[in-house]
Amino acid sequence: MVKAFLLIGLSALPMVAQVNLSGEWAARTHEDQGERGAGPELGDYLGLPVNDAARLRADSWNPSRITLPEEQCRVHIASYIYRGPMALRIWEEKDPDSQKVIAIKNYISTYEQTRTIWMDGRPHPSANAPHTWMGFSTGKWEGDVLTVYTTHLKTGWLRRNGLPESDKATLVEHFLRHGNYMTHVSIVTDPVYMTEPLIKSEDLEFDTSESAAWLWPCEPVVEIVRPKGEVPAYLPGANPFLHEFAARWGLPFEPTRGGAETMYPEYRKKLKAMPIEKPLPAK
Amino acid sequence: MLAPMKIVALGLLCFAGTAPAQIEVLPVQGNIYMVSGAGANITLQLGEQGVLVVDTGDAAKSDAVIAEIRKLSKKPLRYVINTSVHTDHTGGNEAFSREGGTSTVVNIVNTPGASVSNDIQILGNEAVLDRMSASVNGKPARPSLAWPTDTFFDDPKELYFNGESLQILHQPSAITDGDSLVYFRRSDVVSTGDIFMTTGYPPIDLENGGGIQGVLDGLNHILDLTIPAHHEEGGTMVIPGHGRICDEADVIEYRDMMTIIRDRIWASMQKGMTVEQIKASRPTMDYDGLYDVSRADADKLVETVYKSLAGKK
Repeated sequence: MVKAFLLIGLSALPMVAQVNLSGEWAARTHEDQGERGAGPELGDYLGLPVNDAARLRADSWNPSRITLPEEQCRVHIASYIYRGPMALRIWEEKDPDSQKVIAIKNYISTYEQTRTIWMDGRPHPSANAPHTWMGFSTGKWEGDVLTVYTTHLKTGWLRRNGLPESDKATLVEHFLRHGNYMTHVSIVTDPVYMTEPLIKSEDLEFDTSESAAWLWPCEPVVEIVRPKGEVPAYLPGANPFLHEFAARWGLPFEPTRGGAETMYPEYRKKLKAMPIEKPLPAK
Repeated sequence: MLAPMKIVALGLLCFAGTAPAQIEVLPVQGNIYMVSGAGANITLQLGEQGVLVVDTGDAAKSDAVIAEIRKLSKKPLRYVINTSVHTDHTGGNEAFSREGGTSTVVNIVNTPGASVSNDIQILGNEAVLDRMSASVNGKPARPSLAWPTDTFFDDPKELYFNGESLQILHQPSAITDGDSLVYFRRSDVVSTGDIFMTTGYPPIDLENGGGIQGVLDGLNHILDLTIPAHHEEGGTMVIPGHGRICDEADVIEYRDMMTIIRDRIWASMQKGMTVEQIKASRPTMDYDGLYDVSRADADKLVETVYKSLAGKK
């Protein structure tokens, strides 16, 4: 009788996660640290499956662009924002009647972004709906793993040195909790600027310190007076900084241009046969 | 000087590149809706006084568009505002005139024999009327029912309708010489016409008075009107000539792109490169994939910008 009662009771429970991600999490930036703190160097496209269109766009990118008032508060899109030294708060929103999870919410301290991951099976919106920094996300539990699919992203970074990610990109994420640690895996597919999906991961640690900085105020101001409509950019072939990365680190120039081939271990053999970039002149 | 022979091909000039679509109506903000899938995007403003539309789309889709509008409002069609003369923006003018105006045609006082429809007004820059009424083989380029009934020269043309003030802002020499932006001040929505779109490069029509600098001025004008909400998102919403609902950040991307392309082509011209050499250098290559444009269409943009910068048609 007791067993039968328990079985009935369990079967009446809504489908729920094997784990609960709710709480506050702090980013651990040991992975790809150089890229995630001060940021990547100009011309460093190494290990990214980018195509020629992405290279040209990044080569043309002048960091001065982000001094334009209209671009100063530009937000990192969902496929990039977890790379930052951020604080993350996760909570569930439940239907008050059924107690089923409608959505899993993320508040990300970087640029004060609130992200909604719909868990109620709703479809993604029309192609004519607005794109946003966080996109439109739907999620499902695959065992203990929360898998999230995101569309409707705005144009953003693939890497924070001008490498673009188009507004046609889609994102698949996996949130995996291991006790007080969580791994976030993202898989970006961009038919415009990449030849293969890009897979990245970050780790976060459950944070009970209550010391996180949750706000990210940003108010655009005129930093440099320019003629109206001027957009800082390098003409093709005119960016003077593209060789610096290779020269500083004693690398051949070719792999710094990126491409899918540079993601794989076999590329190391090819790398050994390439000429090293000349060192930077002494200052 | 008009170029009336070109008017028949205006629809073909648009290389927006969207796949055939069902008509879709999406709420934007306030009492503004966007109708897509009927040629250029159509903006609806609905209220107690009636229905106002910005652009009327393709002629072939007019009945379906009006049917969709009727699902949302039974109020009379009162205003059409044309952002351009191109037929994907004005193709439905006749159908809207018939739907909104022909039942109440009245005589104009003191003008024997003349008549005017007083139910629906079509607003457009004077150049739109000039192009539509220009003689082609002894006939007007477009039937008179499609013509603007109320034109303007000065900037801005102002209108108050459905409890909302509107500014109709002429943008000289942009896609054509008769382009307008429409700013709904209460709803905080800008309808841009083809100066901004998310499906392709701007279909600059040199024969009808367009030019690259006018497009860039127009994009910067849109950015003057838009004010984003929290962290560069939302706030003023933007309805492009073609494509999805946008906000300021999307316009910034487009403005940056078109400025960079203009600058590359201009720099090549300063080096003495021919238009064919510039095409071969592929100055749009990093953006072509955003719109799935063919090499031919990319070359067409390069040639158009080249001619525009060289002051040629």
